[in-house]
Amino acid sequence: MLELKGLSKAFGPIVAADKISFSVARGDVLGFLGPNGAGKTTTMKMLSCFLPPDSGTATVVGSDIVADPVAVRRKIGYLAENSPAYDEMAPASFLKFVCDVRGVIGKARRAAVEKVAEMCAIGEVMHQPISTLSKGFRRRVGLAQALIHDPPVLLLDEPTDGLDPNQKYDVRRLIKRLSAEKCTVVSTHLLEEVDAICNRIVIIHEGKLLVDSTPDDLREKEGGALDGIFRKLTRHRVAPAAGGAR
Amino acid sequence: MRAFWSILKREIVGYFATPLAYVFLVIFLFFSSFLTFKNSFFELRQASLRLFFENMPLLFIFFAPAIAMRLWAEERRTNSIELLLTLPVTIGQAVLGKFFAALSIILLALVLTCPMVFAVRYLGDPDMGPIWAGYVGSLLMAAAFLAMGSFFSSLTRSQVIALVLAVVCCAAFLFAGSPLVLDYLRTVLPGGLWEVAESLSFQTRFESMQRGVIEARDAGFFVLMTAGWLWANVVALEERRAAG
Repeated sequence: MLELKGLSKAFGPIVAADKISFSVARGDVLGFLGPNGAGKTTTMKMLSCFLPPDSGTATVVGSDIVADPVAVRRKIGYLAENSPAYDEMAPASFLKFVCDVRGVIGKARRAAVEKVAEMCAIGEVMHQPISTLSKGFRRRVGLAQALIHDPPVLLLDEPTDGLDPNQKYDVRRLIKRLSAEKCTVVSTHLLEEVDAICNRIVIIHEGKLLVDSTPDDLREKEGGALDGIFRKLTRHRVAPAAGGAR
Repeated sequence: MRAFWSILKREIVGYFATPLAYVFLVIFLFFSSFLTFKNSFFELRQASLRLFFENMPLLFIFFAPAIAMRLWAEERRTNSIELLLTLPVTIGQAVLGKFFAALSIILLALVLTCPMVFAVRYLGDPDMGPIWAGYVGSLLMAAAFLAMGSFFSSLTRSQVIALVLAVVCCAAFLFAGSPLVLDYLRTVLPGGLWEVAESLSFQTRFESMQRGVIEARDAGFFVLMTAGWLWANVVALEERRAAG
């Protein structure tokens, strides 16, 4: 359903994504891993058609991100880093706006808003300005916005960032519950998250794809726990003086 | 189309969710009438709104950029632009939705000046032609200023920078045709070029409309100006997006 073909992007001399290719099928939850600055967010932004790629492309349920970005955006639910939202709006009117733009109107709109409010447990803050919400609520409003049109593809950039352990558990359970019918990419640097929800794992480092596997296969092949493997793969390439991550 | 209307609606509600719209309307209404009466409206003993419309260019130099400055700078500062441009909308729809929302606020401000019309009708028997033409001219001129404001707003995260750049640009276009500027330009520019400056002047165009005759080339000038700056706005956002 989601296929990346040599997706590349550079910002001046910094190569954020270097010919990244992989594909994700329906029912897959792909854990997209890498140290900070590895190019995860850049890749997510290209898939959501916010940034155009320098070269390469990707298809989302048959639509090309370069040729037909608007069609791609219709099929994607995207939770961006830091959950951007209109701060002066309350979640209720914010979600209605997203529905309007996406063409979910009338009775369907009311049903959709009610459904995601319950799914993401934001019912109690629906009429409070988003600027006054805690980080956890803000994140879940962003998640609600991504789920509201029941998209076939979900792109979630650190969906549990800023949530407390209970909320993390709930959100992961929600992603898992929804995943059977969807194709989901979860960018994260929490390895426990991969164990909890992902059946696929992709690791990138300095814009390059290092691993495209399943958590079990990776453990078997490299030996040991995921965090040890992750360190081994992403650390030895960096000069010691430069530290861990860019 | 649906995306355009949703964005338009959200922006208009947004203006009234913050004090901006109210502050704008009150101050605009105050100054538009204050300047009229201060400029010997009664002493002139004419039932006309010429003095009222004369102030419009100067007011809009400040008020149009003030309305437009948040359109894109705010989106960029809070990064909500990433949300907006990953919804199924084109940049063109977003630019137009925001522009027409800002224009609606200006239109509302102009409609709210209607007591001035009632006043001159009560005091005398004004020729309505120049009054209607004055309103249409004001709206067209404000639209061009707003389009400039929207463009500069898309260049920066800072609303203050957007405001300052837009005011300077609006002023440059307004005063391009004033005798002071033209006399100077005649001395420095080679033959013919100063005439280009004169033809780009908003003041000259606005004055000729205000006399009561809306000529196609004057109205077309403002419409083309508006379209051109909005197009530049779209291009600037595309470029921004590609650069990350």
